[in-house]
Amino acid sequence: MANLISLPELAGHHSSRASGAMPTPKVRKRYWITLGIMIMLALLFGFGLLAWDNPMPVGTEGFWIIAKMRAGSILTMAVVAACQAIATVSFQTVTNNRLLTPSIMGFEALYRVVQTGAVFFLGIAGITFFTGIGQFALQVGIMVALSVALYGWLLSGKLGNIQIMLLVGIIIGTGLGSVATFMQRMLTPSEFDVLTARLFGSMTNADMSYMPLAIPLMLVAGGYLVASSKKLNILALGKETTINLGINHRREVMLTLFFVSILMAVSTALVGPLTFLGFLVATLAYQLADTYDHRFIYPMAFLAGFVVLAGSYFIMKNVFYAQGVVGIIIEAVGGITFLIFILRKGRL
Amino acid sequence: MITLNDVQKKYSSEVSIGPVTLQIPSGGITALVGPNGAGKSTMLTMVGRLLGIDSGSIEVAGYDVSKTNSKDLAKIVSILRQENHFVTRLTVRQLVGFGRYPHSKGRLTTADEEIISRSIDFLDLSELEGRYLDELSGGQRQRAYVAMVLAQDTDTVLLDEPLNNLDMKHSVIMMRHLKRAAAELNRTIVIVLHDINFAGHYADYICAMKQGKVVEFGTPERIMCDEILTDVFETPVRVIAGPEGPLAVYY
Repeated sequence: MANLISLPELAGHHSSRASGAMPTPKVRKRYWITLGIMIMLALLFGFGLLAWDNPMPVGTEGFWIIAKMRAGSILTMAVVAACQAIATVSFQTVTNNRLLTPSIMGFEALYRVVQTGAVFFLGIAGITFFTGIGQFALQVGIMVALSVALYGWLLSGKLGNIQIMLLVGIIIGTGLGSVATFMQRMLTPSEFDVLTARLFGSMTNADMSYMPLAIPLMLVAGGYLVASSKKLNILALGKETTINLGINHRREVMLTLFFVSILMAVSTALVGPLTFLGFLVATLAYQLADTYDHRFIYPMAFLAGFVVLAGSYFIMKNVFYAQGVVGIIIEAVGGITFLIFILRKGRL
Repeated sequence: MITLNDVQKKYSSEVSIGPVTLQIPSGGITALVGPNGAGKSTMLTMVGRLLGIDSGSIEVAGYDVSKTNSKDLAKIVSILRQENHFVTRLTVRQLVGFGRYPHSKGRLTTADEEIISRSIDFLDLSELEGRYLDELSGGQRQRAYVAMVLAQDTDTVLLDEPLNNLDMKHSVIMMRHLKRAAAELNRTIVIVLHDINFAGHYADYICAMKQGKVVEFGTPERIMCDEILTDVFETPVRVIAGPEGPLAVYY
Protein backbone atom coordinates (compact mmCIF):
# COMPACT_ATOMS: atom_id res chain seq x y z
CA MET A 1 0.00 0.00 0.00
CA ALA A 2 3.01 2.25 0.12
CA ASN A 3 2.87 3.08 -3.54
CA LEU A 4 4.04 6.62 -3.23
CA ILE A 5 7.24 5.70 -1.42
CA SER A 6 8.34 3.29 -4.12
CA LEU A 7 8.12 5.80 -6.95
CA PRO A 8 11.73 6.10 -8.08
CA GLU A 9 11.43 9.31 -10.10
CA LEU A 10 10.01 11.17 -7.14
CA ALA A 11 12.23 9.78 -4.43
CA GLY A 12 14.59 11.68 -2.20
CA HIS A 13 13.89 15.39 -1.96
CA HIS A 14 11.83 17.92 0.02
CA SER A 15 12.93 17.10 3.52
CA SER A 16 12.52 20.66 4.77
CA ARG A 17 8.81 20.83 4.05
CA ALA A 18 6.77 20.13 7.13
CA SER A 19 3.06 20.28 7.90
CA GLY A 20 2.73 21.29 11.52
CA ALA A 21 -0.16 22.92 13.32
CA MET A 22 1.34 26.31 12.50
CA PRO A 23 2.00 26.81 8.79
CA THR A 24 4.79 29.41 9.11
CA PRO A 25 7.35 30.39 11.77
CA LYS A 26 5.60 33.75 11.93
CA VAL A 27 2.32 32.17 12.97
CA ARG A 28 4.17 30.01 15.51
CA LYS A 29 5.95 32.98 17.00
CA ARG A 30 2.74 34.97 17.16
CA TYR A 31 1.04 32.09 18.99
CA TRP A 32 3.65 31.82 21.71
CA ILE A 33 3.83 35.58 22.19
CA THR A 34 0.04 35.77 22.46
CA LEU A 35 0.04 32.88 24.91
CA GLY A 36 2.70 34.66 26.96
CA ILE A 37 0.65 37.85 27.06
CA MET A 38 -2.44 35.91 28.12
CA ILE A 39 -0.51 34.21 30.93
CA MET A 40 0.77 37.60 32.10
CA LEU A 41 -2.74 39.05 32.01
CA ALA A 42 -4.09 36.06 33.91
CA LEU A 43 -1.40 36.43 36.59
CA LEU A 44 -1.95 40.18 36.72
CA PHE A 45 -5.70 39.93 37.26
CA GLY A 46 -5.26 37.02 39.64
CA PHE A 47 -2.78 38.94 41.73
CA GLY A 48 -4.85 42.11 41.40
CA LEU A 49 -7.85 40.38 42.88
CA LEU A 50 -5.76 39.20 45.82
CA ALA A 51 -3.90 42.45 46.44
CA TRP A 52 -6.16 45.32 45.35
CA ASP A 53 -7.94 46.94 48.21
CA ASN A 54 -6.07 44.64 50.59
CA PRO A 55 -5.39 46.83 53.63
CA MET A 56 -2.23 44.95 54.63
CA PRO A 57 1.09 45.51 52.82
CA VAL A 58 2.04 42.85 50.26
CA GLY A 59 3.99 39.97 51.77
CA THR A 60 2.98 40.36 55.39
CA GLU A 61 1.18 37.65 57.29
CA GLY A 62 -2.01 39.69 57.39
CA PHE A 63 -1.91 40.11 53.61
CA TRP A 64 -1.88 36.38 53.08
CA ILE A 65 -4.75 35.82 55.48
CA ILE A 66 -6.93 38.19 53.47
CA ALA A 67 -5.58 36.85 50.17
CA LYS A 68 -6.44 33.30 51.18
CA MET A 69 -10.01 34.32 51.80
CA ARG A 70 -10.17 35.71 48.28
CA ALA A 71 -8.32 32.83 46.66
CA GLY A 72 -11.54 30.78 46.68
CA SER A 73 -13.11 32.94 44.00
CA ILE A 74 -9.96 32.71 41.89
CA LEU A 75 -10.08 28.93 42.10
CA THR A 76 -13.75 29.05 41.11
CA MET A 77 -12.90 31.20 38.12
CA ALA A 78 -10.17 28.84 37.02
CA VAL A 79 -12.51 25.83 37.24
CA VAL A 80 -15.31 27.66 35.43
CA ALA A 81 -12.96 28.98 32.74
CA ALA A 82 -11.59 25.49 32.11
CA CYS A 83 -15.08 23.95 31.99
CA GLN A 84 -16.57 26.56 29.67
CA ALA A 85 -13.54 26.81 27.39
CA ILE A 86 -13.00 23.09 26.86
CA ALA A 87 -16.72 22.33 26.61
CA THR A 88 -17.47 25.02 24.05
CA VAL A 89 -14.48 24.36 21.81
CA SER A 90 -15.23 20.61 21.79
CA PHE A 91 -18.94 21.18 21.26
CA GLN A 92 -18.34 23.47 18.31
CA THR A 93 -15.98 20.92 16.82
CA VAL A 94 -18.32 17.94 16.94
CA THR A 95 -21.30 19.98 15.75
CA ASN A 96 -19.17 21.57 13.01
CA ASN A 97 -20.59 24.93 13.92
CA ARG A 98 -18.74 27.90 15.33
CA LEU A 99 -21.88 29.81 16.27
CA LEU A 100 -23.18 27.42 18.90
CA THR A 101 -22.55 27.04 22.57
CA PRO A 102 -23.45 23.96 24.59
CA SER A 103 -25.61 26.09 26.86
CA ILE A 104 -28.31 26.09 24.20
CA MET A 105 -28.79 22.40 24.91
CA GLY A 106 -30.94 23.32 27.90
CA PHE A 107 -28.36 23.26 30.69
CA GLU A 108 -29.08 26.74 31.87
CA ALA A 109 -32.81 26.45 31.44
CA LEU A 110 -32.67 23.32 33.55
CA TYR A 111 -30.65 25.13 36.20
CA ARG A 112 -33.23 27.92 36.24
CA VAL A 113 -36.08 25.44 36.61
CA VAL A 114 -34.39 23.61 39.47
CA GLN A 115 -33.56 26.80 41.34
CA THR A 116 -36.93 28.43 40.66
CA GLY A 117 -38.73 25.22 41.55
CA ALA A 118 -36.93 25.06 44.87
CA VAL A 119 -38.04 28.58 45.77
CA PHE A 120 -41.51 28.08 44.32
CA PHE A 121 -42.25 24.94 46.31
CA LEU A 122 -40.19 25.52 49.44
CA GLY A 123 -40.13 29.31 49.72
CA ILE A 124 -36.95 31.17 50.64
CA ALA A 125 -35.86 28.08 52.53
CA GLY A 126 -35.56 26.43 49.11
CA ILE A 127 -32.38 28.38 48.34
CA THR A 128 -30.72 27.12 51.45
CA PHE A 129 -32.08 23.68 50.68
CA PHE A 130 -30.14 23.74 47.44
CA THR A 131 -26.75 24.21 48.95
CA GLY A 132 -24.32 21.54 50.00
CA ILE A 133 -22.28 19.01 48.11
CA GLY A 134 -25.07 16.44 47.93
CA GLN A 135 -27.36 18.86 46.17
CA PHE A 136 -24.53 19.99 43.95
CA ALA A 137 -23.95 16.39 42.91
CA LEU A 138 -27.68 15.97 42.36
CA GLN A 139 -27.88 19.00 40.07
CA VAL A 140 -24.89 17.90 38.05
CA GLY A 141 -26.37 14.42 37.87
CA ILE A 142 -29.75 15.65 36.59
CA MET A 143 -28.16 17.83 33.93
CA VAL A 144 -25.82 15.11 32.67
CA ALA A 145 -28.64 12.56 32.67
CA LEU A 146 -30.90 14.85 30.63
CA SER A 147 -28.28 15.57 28.02
CA VAL A 148 -27.09 11.97 27.75
CA ALA A 149 -30.69 10.86 27.27
CA LEU A 150 -31.08 13.48 24.57
CA TYR A 151 -27.85 12.63 22.73
CA GLY A 152 -28.34 8.91 23.11
CA TRP A 153 -31.87 9.07 21.78
CA LEU A 154 -31.24 11.47 18.95
CA LEU A 155 -27.84 10.38 17.71
CA SER A 156 -28.51 6.68 17.53
CA GLY A 157 -31.17 4.97 15.48
CA LYS A 158 -32.85 6.34 12.43
CA LEU A 159 -32.53 10.07 13.08
CA GLY A 160 -28.79 10.01 13.79
CA ASN A 161 -28.55 13.68 13.00
CA ILE A 162 -26.79 16.41 14.95
CA GLN A 163 -28.94 19.18 13.48
CA ILE A 164 -32.14 17.55 14.73
CA MET A 165 -30.53 16.96 18.13
CA LEU A 166 -29.64 20.64 18.39
CA LEU A 167 -33.12 21.72 17.39
CA VAL A 168 -34.74 19.44 19.96
CA GLY A 169 -32.26 20.67 22.57
CA ILE A 170 -33.15 24.29 21.86
CA ILE A 171 -36.87 23.54 22.02
CA ILE A 172 -36.51 21.68 25.34
CA GLY A 173 -34.40 24.54 26.66
CA THR A 174 -36.95 27.14 25.65
CA GLY A 175 -39.74 25.05 27.14
CA LEU A 176 -37.93 24.69 30.46
CA GLY A 177 -37.15 28.41 30.44
CA SER A 178 -40.84 29.21 30.04
CA VAL A 179 -41.74 26.91 32.92
CA ALA A 180 -39.21 28.75 35.08
CA THR A 181 -40.52 32.17 34.01
CA PHE A 182 -44.06 31.03 34.76
CA MET A 183 -43.12 29.97 38.29
CA GLN A 184 -41.19 33.22 38.83
CA ARG A 185 -44.34 35.18 37.98
CA MET A 186 -46.10 33.67 40.95
CA LEU A 187 -43.36 34.27 43.52
CA THR A 188 -43.60 37.00 46.13
CA PRO A 189 -41.26 39.96 45.49
CA SER A 190 -38.94 38.98 48.33
CA GLU A 191 -38.68 35.39 47.15
CA PHE A 192 -38.04 36.61 43.62
CA ASP A 193 -35.33 38.90 44.87
CA VAL A 194 -33.51 36.05 46.58
CA LEU A 195 -33.88 33.87 43.52
CA THR A 196 -32.57 36.54 41.11
CA ALA A 197 -29.25 36.54 42.90
CA ARG A 198 -28.91 32.84 42.07
CA LEU A 199 -29.89 33.23 38.45
CA PHE A 200 -27.17 35.68 37.49
CA GLY A 201 -23.88 33.98 36.82
CA SER A 202 -21.89 34.92 39.87
CA MET A 203 -18.58 33.78 41.29
CA THR A 204 -19.91 34.22 44.81
CA ASN A 205 -22.56 31.56 44.16
CA ALA A 206 -19.87 28.94 44.42
CA ASP A 207 -19.43 27.22 47.72
CA MET A 208 -15.90 26.00 48.42
CA SER A 209 -17.37 22.76 49.73
CA TYR A 210 -18.34 21.88 46.10
CA MET A 211 -14.72 21.91 45.00
CA PRO A 212 -13.76 18.37 46.08
CA LEU A 213 -16.34 17.14 43.56
CA ALA A 214 -16.15 19.89 40.95
CA ILE A 215 -12.38 19.77 40.44
CA PRO A 216 -12.05 16.01 39.86
CA LEU A 217 -15.03 16.06 37.49
CA MET A 218 -13.48 18.92 35.57
CA LEU A 219 -10.09 17.20 35.45
CA VAL A 220 -11.48 13.88 34.20
CA ALA A 221 -13.85 15.32 31.59
CA GLY A 222 -11.50 18.10 30.50
CA GLY A 223 -8.53 15.76 30.54
CA TYR A 224 -10.27 13.28 28.27
CA LEU A 225 -11.16 15.98 25.75
CA VAL A 226 -7.71 17.55 25.74
CA ALA A 227 -6.17 14.09 25.35
CA SER A 228 -8.33 13.42 22.28
CA SER A 229 -7.20 16.62 20.57
CA LYS A 230 -5.89 14.73 17.56
CA LYS A 231 -9.21 12.97 17.01
CA LEU A 232 -11.09 16.22 17.44
CA ASN A 233 -8.90 17.80 14.76
CA ILE A 234 -10.29 15.17 12.39
CA LEU A 235 -13.87 15.40 13.68
CA ALA A 236 -13.79 19.10 12.77
CA LEU A 237 -13.56 18.03 9.13
CA GLY A 238 -17.06 16.58 9.23
CA LYS A 239 -18.66 13.17 9.43
CA GLU A 240 -17.70 11.76 6.05
CA THR A 241 -14.05 12.72 6.18
CA THR A 242 -13.87 11.36 9.72
CA ILE A 243 -15.23 7.96 8.69
CA ASN A 244 -12.99 7.93 5.63
CA LEU A 245 -9.98 8.36 7.90
CA GLY A 246 -11.07 5.37 9.97
CA ILE A 247 -12.55 6.98 13.07
CA ASN A 248 -15.85 5.78 14.50
CA HIS A 249 -17.68 9.07 14.12
CA ARG A 250 -20.80 8.36 16.15
CA ARG A 251 -18.86 6.92 19.07
CA GLU A 252 -16.48 9.86 19.25
CA VAL A 253 -19.29 12.40 18.98
CA MET A 254 -21.27 10.69 21.76
CA LEU A 255 -18.24 10.49 24.05
CA THR A 256 -17.34 14.10 23.40
CA LEU A 257 -20.88 15.30 24.07
CA PHE A 258 -21.00 13.24 27.27
CA PHE A 259 -17.88 14.92 28.64
CA VAL A 260 -19.07 18.31 27.40
CA SER A 261 -22.28 17.84 29.37
CA ILE A 262 -20.29 17.05 32.53
CA LEU A 263 -18.22 20.21 32.12
CA MET A 264 -21.26 22.38 31.44
CA ALA A 265 -23.16 20.87 34.34
CA VAL A 266 -20.25 21.49 36.73
CA SER A 267 -19.87 25.09 35.61
CA THR A 268 -23.58 25.88 35.72
CA ALA A 269 -24.20 24.19 39.05
CA LEU A 270 -21.19 25.99 40.47
CA VAL A 271 -21.83 29.61 39.49
CA GLY A 272 -25.07 29.76 37.53
CA PRO A 273 -25.71 30.52 33.87
CA LEU A 274 -22.96 32.23 31.86
CA THR A 275 -24.58 31.90 28.43
CA PHE A 276 -22.18 34.06 26.50
CA LEU A 277 -18.88 33.17 28.12
CA GLY A 278 -18.21 29.89 26.32
CA PHE A 279 -18.98 31.30 22.91
CA LEU A 280 -16.90 34.41 23.54
CA VAL A 281 -13.96 32.44 24.85
CA ALA A 282 -13.96 29.93 22.00
CA THR A 283 -14.20 32.67 19.38
CA LEU A 284 -11.38 34.61 21.01
CA ALA A 285 -9.27 31.47 21.16
CA TYR A 286 -9.70 30.77 17.44
CA GLN A 287 -8.73 34.35 16.67
CA LEU A 288 -5.73 34.36 18.97
CA ALA A 289 -4.42 30.87 18.27
CA ASP A 290 -5.01 30.85 14.50
CA THR A 291 -4.60 27.09 14.14
CA TYR A 292 -6.82 24.08 13.67
CA ASP A 293 -5.00 22.06 16.30
CA HIS A 294 -6.95 21.57 19.52
CA ARG A 295 -3.76 21.07 21.51
CA PHE A 296 -3.06 24.76 20.96
CA ILE A 297 -6.63 26.03 21.00
CA TYR A 298 -7.50 24.61 24.44
CA PRO A 299 -4.80 26.44 26.46
CA MET A 300 -5.60 29.67 24.67
CA ALA A 301 -9.33 29.23 25.31
CA PHE A 302 -8.74 28.46 28.98
CA LEU A 303 -6.54 31.54 29.42
CA ALA A 304 -9.01 33.72 27.53
CA GLY A 305 -11.77 32.42 29.79
CA PHE A 306 -9.80 33.10 32.94
CA VAL A 307 -8.75 36.58 31.83
CA VAL A 308 -12.31 37.50 30.85
CA LEU A 309 -13.73 36.18 34.13
CA ALA A 310 -11.06 37.65 36.38
CA GLY A 311 -11.09 40.93 34.49
CA SER A 312 -14.87 41.25 34.72
CA TYR A 313 -14.80 40.29 38.38
CA PHE A 314 -12.09 42.82 39.09
CA ILE A 315 -14.02 45.61 37.38
CA MET A 316 -17.31 44.66 39.02
CA LYS A 317 -15.75 44.49 42.43
CA ASN A 318 -13.48 47.50 42.40
CA VAL A 319 -15.30 49.86 40.04
CA PHE A 320 -18.99 49.14 40.49
CA TYR A 321 -18.86 47.55 43.93
CA ALA A 322 -21.19 44.82 42.69
CA GLN A 323 -18.95 41.92 43.45
CA GLY A 324 -19.52 38.60 41.83
CA VAL A 325 -22.15 39.37 39.19
CA VAL A 326 -19.84 39.00 36.21
CA GLY A 327 -22.37 37.83 33.63
CA ILE A 328 -23.45 41.38 32.89
CA ILE A 329 -20.00 42.72 32.20
CA ILE A 330 -18.94 39.65 30.25
CA GLU A 331 -21.83 40.21 27.90
CA ALA A 332 -21.14 43.93 27.51
CA VAL A 333 -17.34 43.93 27.20
CA GLY A 334 -17.16 40.48 25.63
CA GLY A 335 -19.72 41.33 23.00
CA ILE A 336 -17.83 44.44 21.97
CA THR A 337 -14.48 42.62 21.87
CA PHE A 338 -16.07 39.93 19.77
CA LEU A 339 -17.48 42.45 17.28
CA ILE A 340 -14.12 44.22 17.00
CA PHE A 341 -12.36 40.95 16.22
CA ILE A 342 -14.90 39.87 13.64
CA LEU A 343 -14.97 43.25 11.90
CA ARG A 344 -11.20 43.46 11.82
CA LYS A 345 -10.56 39.98 10.50
CA GLY A 346 -13.76 39.53 8.58
CA ARG A 347 -14.10 35.86 9.43
CA LEU A 348 -14.79 33.54 12.31
CA MET B 1 -10.89 -5.48 -7.00
CA ILE B 2 -14.28 -4.38 -5.71
CA THR B 3 -17.01 -6.99 -5.51
CA LEU B 4 -20.64 -6.19 -4.87
CA ASN B 5 -22.91 -9.12 -4.14
CA ASP B 6 -26.68 -8.60 -4.23
CA VAL B 7 -26.28 -5.23 -2.55
CA GLN B 8 -29.55 -3.58 -1.63
CA LYS B 9 -30.55 -0.37 0.07
CA LYS B 10 -34.19 0.57 0.58
CA TYR B 11 -35.35 4.10 1.22
CA SER B 12 -39.07 3.56 0.66
CA SER B 13 -41.23 1.13 -1.27
CA GLU B 14 -40.65 3.17 -4.45
CA VAL B 15 -37.05 4.27 -3.97
CA SER B 16 -34.41 1.61 -3.59
CA ILE B 17 -30.97 0.68 -4.84
CA GLY B 18 -30.16 -2.72 -6.17
CA PRO B 19 -29.91 -5.57 -6.06
CA VAL B 20 -26.50 -4.80 -7.51
CA THR B 21 -24.00 -7.50 -8.33
CA LEU B 22 -20.84 -6.16 -9.87
CA GLN B 23 -17.11 -6.69 -10.10
CA ILE B 24 -14.84 -3.72 -10.62
CA PRO B 25 -11.39 -4.93 -11.68
CA SER B 26 -8.17 -3.68 -10.05
CA GLY B 27 -6.23 -0.90 -11.67
CA GLY B 28 -7.33 1.89 -13.95
CA ILE B 29 -10.27 4.24 -13.80
CA THR B 30 -13.82 2.99 -13.62
CA ALA B 31 -16.45 5.63 -14.31
CA LEU B 32 -19.96 5.42 -12.88
CA VAL B 33 -22.38 7.10 -15.24
CA GLY B 34 -26.14 7.42 -15.47
CA PRO B 35 -28.98 9.89 -15.14
CA ASN B 36 -29.71 11.84 -11.95
CA GLY B 37 -31.07 9.66 -9.19
CA ALA B 38 -29.67 6.46 -10.70
CA GLY B 39 -27.86 5.67 -7.45
CA LYS B 40 -24.26 6.28 -8.56
CA SER B 41 -23.25 8.36 -5.55
CA THR B 42 -25.21 6.12 -3.19
CA MET B 43 -23.41 3.06 -4.48
CA LEU B 44 -20.05 4.80 -4.15
CA THR B 45 -20.78 5.88 -0.57
CA MET B 46 -21.82 2.32 0.29
CA VAL B 47 -18.54 0.95 -1.06
CA GLY B 48 -16.75 3.63 0.96
CA ARG B 49 -18.75 2.52 4.08
CA LEU B 50 -20.16 6.02 4.61
CA LEU B 51 -23.60 4.49 4.20
CA GLY B 52 -24.74 1.12 5.50
CA ILE B 53 -26.31 -1.50 3.25
CA ASP B 54 -29.56 -3.36 3.97
CA SER B 55 -28.57 -6.69 2.47
CA GLY B 56 -25.85 -8.29 0.37
CA SER B 57 -22.15 -7.73 0.78
CA ILE B 58 -19.41 -5.47 -0.52
CA GLU B 59 -15.77 -6.49 -0.63
CA VAL B 60 -12.83 -4.25 -1.39
CA ALA B 61 -9.56 -6.08 -2.02
CA GLY B 62 -11.00 -9.10 -0.24
CA TYR B 63 -12.14 -7.22 2.88
CA ASP B 64 -15.84 -7.14 3.70
CA VAL B 65 -16.66 -3.47 4.06
CA SER B 66 -19.34 -3.89 6.72
CA LYS B 67 -17.30 -6.30 8.85
CA THR B 68 -13.75 -4.99 8.62
CA ASN B 69 -12.55 -2.55 11.24
CA SER B 70 -12.96 0.99 9.96
CA LYS B 71 -9.41 1.79 11.08
CA ASP B 72 -8.02 -0.92 8.80
CA LEU B 73 -10.32 -0.04 5.92
CA ALA B 74 -8.94 3.50 5.99
CA LYS B 75 -5.67 2.04 4.72
CA ILE B 76 -7.39 0.07 1.96
CA VAL B 77 -10.00 2.39 0.52
CA SER B 78 -10.43 6.15 0.59
CA ILE B 79 -13.45 8.16 -0.47
CA LEU B 80 -13.91 11.80 -1.36
CA ARG B 81 -17.41 13.21 -1.36
CA GLN B 82 -18.71 16.00 -3.49
CA GLU B 83 -19.46 18.49 -0.75
CA ASN B 84 -16.43 19.45 1.26
CA HIS B 85 -16.82 22.42 3.47
CA PHE B 86 -14.71 22.63 6.59
CA VAL B 87 -15.24 25.04 9.47
CA THR B 88 -11.55 24.77 10.28
CA ARG B 89 -9.17 27.05 8.45
CA LEU B 90 -6.46 24.88 6.89
CA THR B 91 -3.57 25.30 4.53
CA VAL B 92 -3.27 22.93 1.61
CA ARG B 93 -0.44 21.09 3.30
CA GLN B 94 -2.29 20.73 6.57
CA LEU B 95 -5.30 19.31 4.71
CA VAL B 96 -3.19 16.83 2.77
CA GLY B 97 -1.47 15.92 6.04
CA PHE B 98 -4.80 14.75 7.45
CA GLY B 99 -4.79 12.07 4.77
CA ARG B 100 -1.95 10.40 6.69
CA TYR B 101 -4.07 9.99 9.83
CA PRO B 102 -4.86 6.27 9.30
CA HIS B 103 -1.11 5.59 9.25
CA SER B 104 0.27 8.19 11.62
CA LYS B 105 -2.65 8.76 14.05
CA GLY B 106 -1.79 12.44 13.96
CA ARG B 107 1.91 12.06 14.71
CA LEU B 108 3.55 12.78 11.37
CA THR B 109 6.90 11.11 10.77
CA THR B 110 9.46 12.15 8.17
CA ALA B 111 8.15 9.35 5.96
CA ASP B 112 4.67 10.81 6.28
CA GLU B 113 5.93 14.28 5.41
CA GLU B 114 7.65 12.81 2.36
CA ILE B 115 4.41 11.23 1.16
CA ILE B 116 2.52 14.46 1.80
CA SER B 117 5.07 16.38 -0.27
CA ARG B 118 4.76 13.89 -3.12
CA SER B 119 0.98 14.01 -3.16
CA ILE B 120 1.13 17.78 -3.29
CA ASP B 121 3.70 17.74 -6.08
CA PHE B 122 1.78 15.09 -7.95
CA LEU B 123 -1.21 17.41 -8.22
CA ASP B 124 0.92 20.47 -9.06
CA LEU B 125 0.14 22.18 -5.79
CA SER B 126 3.73 22.77 -4.63
CA GLU B 127 3.44 26.53 -5.07
CA LEU B 128 0.19 26.63 -3.17
CA GLU B 129 0.94 24.33 -0.24
CA GLY B 130 1.17 27.18 2.28
CA ARG B 131 -2.03 28.85 1.12
CA TYR B 132 -5.27 28.56 3.03
CA LEU B 133 -8.07 26.64 1.35
CA ASP B 134 -10.36 29.68 1.40
CA GLU B 135 -7.80 31.54 -0.69
CA LEU B 136 -7.89 29.01 -3.54
CA SER B 137 -10.04 28.76 -6.63
CA GLY B 138 -12.55 25.93 -6.93
CA GLY B 139 -10.30 23.90 -9.18
CA GLN B 140 -7.26 24.25 -6.92
CA ARG B 141 -9.29 23.35 -3.86
CA GLN B 142 -10.68 20.28 -5.57
CA ARG B 143 -7.12 19.22 -6.40
CA ALA B 144 -6.12 19.70 -2.76
CA TYR B 145 -8.89 17.33 -1.66
CA VAL B 146 -7.73 14.76 -4.18
CA ALA B 147 -4.15 15.19 -2.93
CA MET B 148 -5.46 14.39 0.54
CA VAL B 149 -7.01 11.06 -0.49
CA LEU B 150 -3.89 10.23 -2.50
CA ALA B 151 -1.78 10.85 0.60
CA GLN B 152 -3.98 8.35 2.40
CA ASP B 153 -2.12 5.89 0.17
CA THR B 154 -4.92 3.40 -0.40
CA ASP B 155 -5.02 1.06 -3.36
CA THR B 156 -8.64 1.95 -4.00
CA VAL B 157 -9.77 5.55 -4.33
CA LEU B 158 -13.44 6.51 -4.67
CA LEU B 159 -14.29 9.98 -5.98
CA ASP B 160 -17.78 11.38 -6.06
CA GLU B 161 -18.06 13.85 -8.96
CA PRO B 162 -14.65 15.49 -8.63
CA LEU B 163 -15.33 17.48 -11.80
CA ASN B 164 -18.37 19.16 -10.29
CA ASN B 165 -18.10 22.95 -10.63
CA LEU B 166 -14.86 22.74 -12.61
CA ASP B 167 -14.47 24.48 -15.94
CA MET B 168 -13.17 22.75 -19.07
CA LYS B 169 -9.51 23.43 -18.37
CA HIS B 170 -9.62 22.29 -14.76
CA SER B 171 -11.73 19.24 -15.60
CA VAL B 172 -9.13 18.14 -18.12
CA ILE B 173 -6.27 18.80 -15.69
CA MET B 174 -8.03 16.82 -12.98
CA MET B 175 -8.72 13.84 -15.25
CA ARG B 176 -5.10 13.79 -16.46
CA HIS B 177 -3.91 13.75 -12.86
CA LEU B 178 -6.24 10.90 -12.06
CA LYS B 179 -5.19 8.97 -15.14
CA ARG B 180 -1.56 9.36 -14.09
CA ALA B 181 -2.38 8.34 -10.51
CA ALA B 182 -4.00 5.17 -11.81
CA ALA B 183 -1.13 4.37 -14.13
CA GLU B 184 1.92 5.47 -12.16
CA LEU B 185 0.73 4.83 -8.62
CA ASN B 186 -1.24 1.68 -9.46
CA ARG B 187 -4.42 2.97 -7.90
CA THR B 188 -7.86 1.63 -8.61
CA ILE B 189 -9.97 4.73 -9.08
CA VAL B 190 -13.74 4.64 -9.14
CA ILE B 191 -15.27 7.94 -10.11
CA VAL B 192 -18.77 9.30 -10.58
CA LEU B 193 -18.87 11.34 -13.78
CA HIS B 194 -21.61 13.36 -15.35
CA ASP B 195 -20.05 13.99 -18.72
CA ILE B 196 -20.21 10.80 -20.74
CA ASN B 197 -17.48 12.07 -23.08
CA PHE B 198 -15.04 12.43 -20.19
CA ALA B 199 -15.87 8.88 -19.20
CA GLY B 200 -15.44 7.67 -22.76
CA HIS B 201 -12.06 9.30 -23.11
CA TYR B 202 -10.38 8.76 -19.72
CA ALA B 203 -12.01 5.71 -18.15
CA ASP B 204 -10.82 2.16 -18.60
CA TYR B 205 -14.24 0.79 -17.71
CA ILE B 206 -17.67 2.36 -17.69
CA CYS B 207 -20.42 1.23 -15.35
CA ALA B 208 -23.81 2.56 -16.40
CA MET B 209 -26.53 2.76 -13.79
CA LYS B 210 -30.23 3.45 -14.07
CA GLN B 211 -32.99 3.38 -11.45
CA GLY B 212 -30.74 1.92 -8.80
CA LYS B 213 -29.42 -0.93 -10.93
CA VAL B 214 -26.32 -1.56 -12.99
CA VAL B 215 -27.50 -1.85 -16.61
CA GLU B 216 -24.19 -2.02 -18.45
CA PHE B 217 -20.57 -2.62 -17.54
CA GLY B 218 -17.73 -2.70 -20.02
CA THR B 219 -14.97 -0.89 -21.83
CA PRO B 220 -15.69 2.56 -23.30
CA GLU B 221 -15.56 1.05 -26.81
CA ARG B 222 -18.48 -1.20 -25.94
CA ILE B 223 -20.57 1.32 -23.93
CA MET B 224 -20.09 4.26 -26.29
CA CYS B 225 -22.78 3.37 -28.82
CA ASP B 226 -26.15 4.88 -29.74
CA GLU B 227 -28.42 2.16 -28.36
CA ILE B 228 -26.82 1.74 -24.94
CA LEU B 229 -26.40 5.45 -24.19
CA THR B 230 -29.90 6.32 -25.48
CA ASP B 231 -31.34 3.66 -23.24
CA VAL B 232 -29.26 4.58 -20.14
CA PHE B 233 -29.78 8.32 -20.28
CA GLU B 234 -33.35 8.13 -21.59
CA THR B 235 -32.63 10.76 -24.17
CA PRO B 236 -31.61 10.39 -27.84
CA VAL B 237 -27.81 10.07 -28.05
CA ARG B 238 -25.74 9.69 -31.19
CA VAL B 239 -22.17 8.54 -31.06
CA ILE B 240 -19.91 9.94 -33.77
CA ALA B 241 -16.24 9.34 -34.49
CA GLY B 242 -14.24 12.26 -33.09
CA PRO B 243 -10.57 13.13 -33.49
CA GLU B 244 -9.75 11.52 -30.12
CA GLY B 245 -12.22 8.65 -30.18
CA PRO B 246 -16.00 8.31 -30.06
CA LEU B 247 -18.04 11.33 -29.02
CA ALA B 248 -21.58 11.28 -27.72
CA VAL B 249 -23.77 14.02 -29.12
CA TYR B 250 -27.01 14.71 -27.34
CA TYR B 251 -27.82 18.37 -27.64
